[in-house]
Amino acid sequence: MSSNDDFPKKFSSTRRTFIQGMSLLPAASLLGTTSLFPRMALADTPPTAQVNTTGLAVTDSEVTVGILHSVTGTMAISETGSVQAEKLAIDQINASGGVLGRKIKFIQEDGASDWPTFAEKAKKLLVNDKCASVFGCWTSASRKAVLPVFEQYNGMLYYPTFYEGLEQSKNVIYTGQEATQQIIAGLNWVNKTKGAKTFYLLGSDYIWPRTSNKIARKHIENFMEGTSVVGEEYFPLGHTQFNSVINKIKLKKPDVIYAIIVGGSNVAFYKQLKAAGIDLSKQTLLTISVTEDEIDGIGGENIAGAYSCMKYFQSLDNPNNKEFVAAFKKMWGEKTVIGDVTQAAYLGPWLWKMAVEKAGSFDIDKIAEASPGIEFTKAPEGYVKIHPNHHLWSRTRVGMAQTDGQFKVVFETPDLIEPNPFPKGYQ
Amino acid sequence: MFSDYSLTELGSIFVMQGFAGLILFSVFLLMALGLAIIFGQMGVINMAHGEFMILGAYVTYFTSQFFLNYLPSLFGIYFFIAMILAFIASGALGMAVEWLMIRHLYKRPLDTLLATWGLSLILQQVYRSVFGPREVGVELPGWMMGSLNLTDAIEVQINGLFVMGLTIAITIAVALLMYRSSWGKQVRAVVQNRTMAGAVGINTERVDRLTFGLGCGIAGVAGSAFTMIGSTGPTAGQLYIVDTFLVVVFGGAQSLIGTIASAFTISQAQSTMEFFLSGSMAKVLTLLGVIIILMLRPQGLFVIKVRR
Repeated sequence: MSSNDDFPKKFSSTRRTFIQGMSLLPAASLLGTTSLFPRMALADTPPTAQVNTTGLAVTDSEVTVGILHSVTGTMAISETGSVQAEKLAIDQINASGGVLGRKIKFIQEDGASDWPTFAEKAKKLLVNDKCASVFGCWTSASRKAVLPVFEQYNGMLYYPTFYEGLEQSKNVIYTGQEATQQIIAGLNWVNKTKGAKTFYLLGSDYIWPRTSNKIARKHIENFMEGTSVVGEEYFPLGHTQFNSVINKIKLKKPDVIYAIIVGGSNVAFYKQLKAAGIDLSKQTLLTISVTEDEIDGIGGENIAGAYSCMKYFQSLDNPNNKEFVAAFKKMWGEKTVIGDVTQAAYLGPWLWKMAVEKAGSFDIDKIAEASPGIEFTKAPEGYVKIHPNHHLWSRTRVGMAQTDGQFKVVFETPDLIEPNPFPKGYQ
Repeated sequence: MFSDYSLTELGSIFVMQGFAGLILFSVFLLMALGLAIIFGQMGVINMAHGEFMILGAYVTYFTSQFFLNYLPSLFGIYFFIAMILAFIASGALGMAVEWLMIRHLYKRPLDTLLATWGLSLILQQVYRSVFGPREVGVELPGWMMGSLNLTDAIEVQINGLFVMGLTIAITIAVALLMYRSSWGKQVRAVVQNRTMAGAVGINTERVDRLTFGLGCGIAGVAGSAFTMIGSTGPTAGQLYIVDTFLVVVFGGAQSLIGTIASAFTISQAQSTMEFFLSGSMAKVLTLLGVIIILMLRPQGLFVIKVRR
């Protein structure tokens, strides 16, 4: 239905840009001569011809990047935080002098929670706007939709969400955790400190929860001692009635409920769990799908006592994070909360800036090559490093949900966990 | 799967499971009642039903905030006031929508599907722009949370009981209104023959507007009640729309008894299967069963005999 509607629109918009482009040609050649002066004025700004050999939208004073998230549709609830974080990072980079002496200008496009729209907007950002990098996507489905576009037109995507792994691309930097980084340390922790032996796995019925639970099951059955899975179950996205499964859980009495339920279902699940008299201070529940953002909807009193396994919590006690939280609240309001993905989205622009400056160039190939080994010491989550597989080394942390909607960090891995998007023995 | 458990344990689980089925029944019936009036009686395919429910949920949220901030001593009873306000807000919006849009479409019932679907998209975006894209958490008074311990092992959710009570009350009210009041007679007369009803002096426009408003108002109350068990966000209404239509169509569109029977059948089937199978599988089998029965009985479970 929508593709028919889009056709004439797309056609007319390309034609419009084409005409605009033509009319700008003389102006551009004029600029080319006048821009000699600012170049001399800023000594640390290398000439554009030198740092941009592939025709990206880079001028002597500006570089254009794209932000591609859903601000309308179902996913807006999750992606809003990422947009806010990316804008904050861009603001801060500009305030501190920009990238290679150039201010970042961003073009924001709306993926509208629709995967073909994501692909179309990605193409627009890369082909029409020549964005030097794009910060965006949230769901795996949207990432899968734009991936071929980024590979075909050689763009660079900074993807913030924790996801199921099994992917690696020259054209993507994954600033969230892949599945093993989020799952294994948490399971080991709950096994060790709570003596957990039996696990009940729950999830919404789509790729991320299924893949993650598969890894969890393999780890429980093959890599830990004396542990077993007593139930595994999936619910359609948007499922709102969990009383039957809650009864089943009561019957099986697992040591740990391992829940990867997302979206509106999440709210229903925790509210009904609480109403059914399951006391999360006695029944251990470990989740990898609840951040501070989700608690806003669930209500702190409904989920207090549950454990969440993430790499970042708003309550992290370190100077980087305090600065970040203060800046974020100053820009977006005192009441906003910051979840794991929001922080990962904040890393994107910074990691890109560092890659550009290390490579001394905006060229995508050079950035991709320069990215591995880049260290970001000012990250709110603490020190992070880019792995040659384009994922981040990061710590895994477990937080306990509090009634005020924040997490109390109860565990953190002593070392950075190596990203391993293609884990052996877990497939 | 049951060999490891004692009889008492099994007994109590089955009691609780039966209760879970009853809660699901009340939830289904409550969300379907408003639509049963609009779709069943008026023939309007209201795809925006979920959004009218969510308006009720938002009203509940704002009422709870108001009571928390200004009347904390009365917080325990705010929910009743919130439900009344939800009824008024959704009902008023419903009447406005009927006046602006629906009344032009009575002769083209299929087009109401497209028009109200568009309305649902518009409402979603309005909620998102006005109330923000994030979900809001509705805080409940303490007495509505938790569960009653009937025995050591049998626990019954208080909010489940609340929904059940509310559903029974609203169902009785709707039944009385439709089948025992003169207004109900007028509604049924208009549905059966609009021209003749007008000719004998019934103000058909007024009847239509009030009927649509009543249906939407009940949706608002349902949405308000569901803040106890579900989420409140701009698109949360979408979670309910499929089940709602399923219940109304399966029951036979024009029959209140049919709606009740179908809510009961679907909820019991689903909750029993969810217990023995996984959630996704239960849903698949439920839908499959509904499709097969509708193939055999296209008019639904119950149908009012009409001469055509």
